[in-house]
Amino acid sequence: MLERLLLRLQKNIDSTLMVFISSALVVGLFTLYSASGRNIILVLNQLFYIGLGFILLWVTAKIHPKYFQKLALPIYIAGLLLLFGVMFFGQSSHGAKRWLNLGLFKMQPSEIMRIAVPIAMAWYLSKRENKRHAIDYVIASLFFILPVILIINQPDLGTGLLIAASGFYILFLAGLNWKFIVGGGIGLFSLTPFIWTHLHDYQKNRVLILLDPSQDPLGSGYHTIQSSIAMGSGGLIGKGWLNGSQGQLDFLPERTTDFIFAIFSEEFGLLGNLLLLGLYGLIIGRSLMIASQAKNTFTRLLAANIGLTFFTYIFINIAMVSGIMPVVGVPLPLISFGGTSMTIILISFGILMSVHSHKELVGSS
Amino acid sequence: MSYTKNSQNIYKSRYLFKRRLALLTALISIAFLAIAGRFFYLQIFKYDFYKGLSENNRIAVIPNVPNRGLILDRNGIVMADNYFVYSLEITPSKVSNLNKTIDNLKPIVEFSAGDLKQFKKILKESSSLDSIPIRTHLSETEAARFAANKLQFEGVEIKSRLFRRYPKGAFASHLIGHINRINEEDKEIIKKLGWQQNYKGTDSIGKLGIEKYYEAKLHGTTGFQEVEIDANGNSIRILNSTPSIEGDAITLSIDSNLQEIAENAFNKYRGALVALNPKNGEVLAFVSRPNFDPNQFVGGIDVDEWKVLNESLDKPMLNRAINGLYPPGSTIKPFVALAALENDIRKPPFNINDPGFFTLPNSGHTYKDWKPYGHGVVDMVMAITISCDTFFYGLGIELGIKKLSEFLSRFGFGETTHIDMFGENAGLLPSPEWKQKRYKQPWYLGETVITSIGQGYTLVTPMQLAQAVATIANGGLMIQPRLIQSIKNNQTGKIETFKNKIIRELHFKPENLALVKEGMMNVTEPGGTAASVGAGASYKMAAKTGTAQVVEMKRNQKYDPNRMNERHRDHALFIAYAPAEDPTIAVAIIVENGGHGGSTAGPIARKLMDYYLLKKITVSKENNKAASLESEYHD
Repeated sequence: MLERLLLRLQKNIDSTLMVFISSALVVGLFTLYSASGRNIILVLNQLFYIGLGFILLWVTAKIHPKYFQKLALPIYIAGLLLLFGVMFFGQSSHGAKRWLNLGLFKMQPSEIMRIAVPIAMAWYLSKRENKRHAIDYVIASLFFILPVILIINQPDLGTGLLIAASGFYILFLAGLNWKFIVGGGIGLFSLTPFIWTHLHDYQKNRVLILLDPSQDPLGSGYHTIQSSIAMGSGGLIGKGWLNGSQGQLDFLPERTTDFIFAIFSEEFGLLGNLLLLGLYGLIIGRSLMIASQAKNTFTRLLAANIGLTFFTYIFINIAMVSGIMPVVGVPLPLISFGGTSMTIILISFGILMSVHSHKELVGSS
Repeated sequence: MSYTKNSQNIYKSRYLFKRRLALLTALISIAFLAIAGRFFYLQIFKYDFYKGLSENNRIAVIPNVPNRGLILDRNGIVMADNYFVYSLEITPSKVSNLNKTIDNLKPIVEFSAGDLKQFKKILKESSSLDSIPIRTHLSETEAARFAANKLQFEGVEIKSRLFRRYPKGAFASHLIGHINRINEEDKEIIKKLGWQQNYKGTDSIGKLGIEKYYEAKLHGTTGFQEVEIDANGNSIRILNSTPSIEGDAITLSIDSNLQEIAENAFNKYRGALVALNPKNGEVLAFVSRPNFDPNQFVGGIDVDEWKVLNESLDKPMLNRAINGLYPPGSTIKPFVALAALENDIRKPPFNINDPGFFTLPNSGHTYKDWKPYGHGVVDMVMAITISCDTFFYGLGIELGIKKLSEFLSRFGFGETTHIDMFGENAGLLPSPEWKQKRYKQPWYLGETVITSIGQGYTLVTPMQLAQAVATIANGGLMIQPRLIQSIKNNQTGKIETFKNKIIRELHFKPENLALVKEGMMNVTEPGGTAASVGAGASYKMAAKTGTAQVVEMKRNQKYDPNRMNERHRDHALFIAYAPAEDPTIAVAIIVENGGHGGSTAGPIARKLMDYYLLKKITVSKENNKAASLESEYHD
């Protein structure tokens, strides 16, 4: 009886991926406990979101991918309308207009677009599969360019660039001609001066500071200097859990969210870093494997995109914390404190598992 | 498309997908290797370096707050500078029991109740990491006494802080303004302007006057020190340091000698004065009385002191020069006269016969002249000279409110002068449209009558009046007034000077302007309403007196200043420029409850111009008496 129930619960869930994800989450909870200065409330809070995320993952994994395909456009349009809504009725906070107040709760439509954009693009490109022309890639591009412009305008450069990257992954994997890729790259490069002049001063500063953190040791440079000290002083094996002196002091800002990796790195050292990197590598590898086994273009593109986006988050966050990229507000997946990003990531793994467990049926349909 | 081709396509796209995915996987591996490389670099290669910084030491980044720029007058006399004081400061996060610490400090350094109140106020507004002053201006003895006991006070230290000083006290306070502690509202502004980085460590900001308007220039650039500190918070060595850059020095167009003469001339009166150079718009004197001592505000004003300033009936915090609203009274007459001439309403010889009153056509309502039995035959020049009300009543009716209002607006009435100071009032220039909007009522002809002699709805600021008279003096060229003359960048040593900004050119017919100017010149001649003001002067002064009612007289009630509440007496107004032939100074003066313009406001102008044109300080009383006329007590 119990065995059958477990079996039913397990159905559609990819246990390999689940083990990897859970391991990362456990590491995350321990790190969070340390980073928050042993704040058990914060950890319980995170645990609540993990629970919610698991339920959503489980539900999503049960949904057949063909429904994602069917819902691609409506979800996308709804997301786009919400983004326009933000533009006109959005709430400002910290100088950015990113939230919509829906009475009961506040939501950030750009988060929805993180899932809606790749689904819509995968839907469109798979629909045009056999009769694809150059124009189709242009149309597909519009699917991400429009929301990206709206999001960067909010301004939320981090999320905007991440969605742009995820859009590019889909175009690339769908077979966008190299000529366009190279041409687009050159085009984008030549636009750099134009983009530069349109950046906000604080955004420019962050880039300049990356080149020389000591330029602004009180501001963004301060983050970089302090997190470098935390990481570097961790050494080979780290200072041990709850023993990171840098992290425990007030020196490191945003240490439960964007800069949590510095805490981990200080306490677990190079070995810990490499193990975590390896764990992430396994999750990404498993995701891409699922993608390569997927039976049709839609699921293939969707699955690959989830893995690649996951990688992008990790790369940007770690590169930022270890001082090789400008400071942009990107959380470390599965580790950083934050309800929305946690649930969104777990839902996307649910989609991945749905693709994996329904592949035979998809192939035959 | 055939089935085979279709499946071929599918095969092809799948192959392509796998190939590209493999490429991306390779890129991901490279990226991970790069990150791992960075880990090696930081955690193995640079381990000793970072361990050294981290284990026993910590890095503190301490902002170097820049010196605030000086404010100087046109002669280089200092109006605002800085000095160092010792202050005793507490960093709450480093103190285990704040109240106990404060109690223990009491025998060593004295605090007043105000000091503690101020400390608690700042404590509430600051982060616990900030160092908060509990006593400023420590004496040498107190500093030494604390130093001897320093060890028992962790988290308490003596710092030398820069204080703003206004060496001349209340002098020109409305012009200079003051700085005060940064509050929540200021923080919002600082954030909005993206100044947060540069304001780290800064605790004060310009709140009024020049201090506020030129905040961005005066503040300077914050430097920093990266300091290694040990576990006790003592600094061990400086790792990196960037000096702060002192704020720009601002040289004002104000002549503080002239300013002093003007301020002294006001004596006990309330009011305002603005003197301009009509040729370039430079403000030469800027007075608002009563004033306040800006030094009171530096480092946060005491609650009781603020109460006194804020609740005083005299409103010392009101900047009357740009915010005081007054009916222009008869000082409007030269402008009304010019309006009539430019609109061809009156033609030579412009004569009217003044019986002492004016009857509004088709209504029978009469308006009295200030002179009971009238002035007899009066022409345009004479009308200005003797300030004939009857002449202007009729003129206003003939001109009509629309033309009058439009013409006055060209002189800048009803709009701000855009002087370099925040919060300027635009005044009020009434028109039928304005009245409809404001009161939902039509314009009455009688209102045109009183508008023509500067009564009724019209309200002006002394600044506007000064600009308008300067425009007449300047032949119709309207230049934006400014308080700044130059800015010196302390880093580059470069001096930025300011060009005259022409607001507009009012092209008047020379003969019309000449007529009005003649009338104004005669005002200070024997027979004019301010004959005493011009008496014995070696230069010609063109002027116009004015009186503005503060309370409305009942019909047949006689105005008797001696029997009235001092605050109900008329305001005295005076506008003037000199030398009349080639004016280099134009002035507008309002003396609240000063009575007649010629007798209280006029002498202030005379003193001012004597100094400016002749460097002569006072006018003797004998000169004053000589040409005294009956008309002096009216206008």
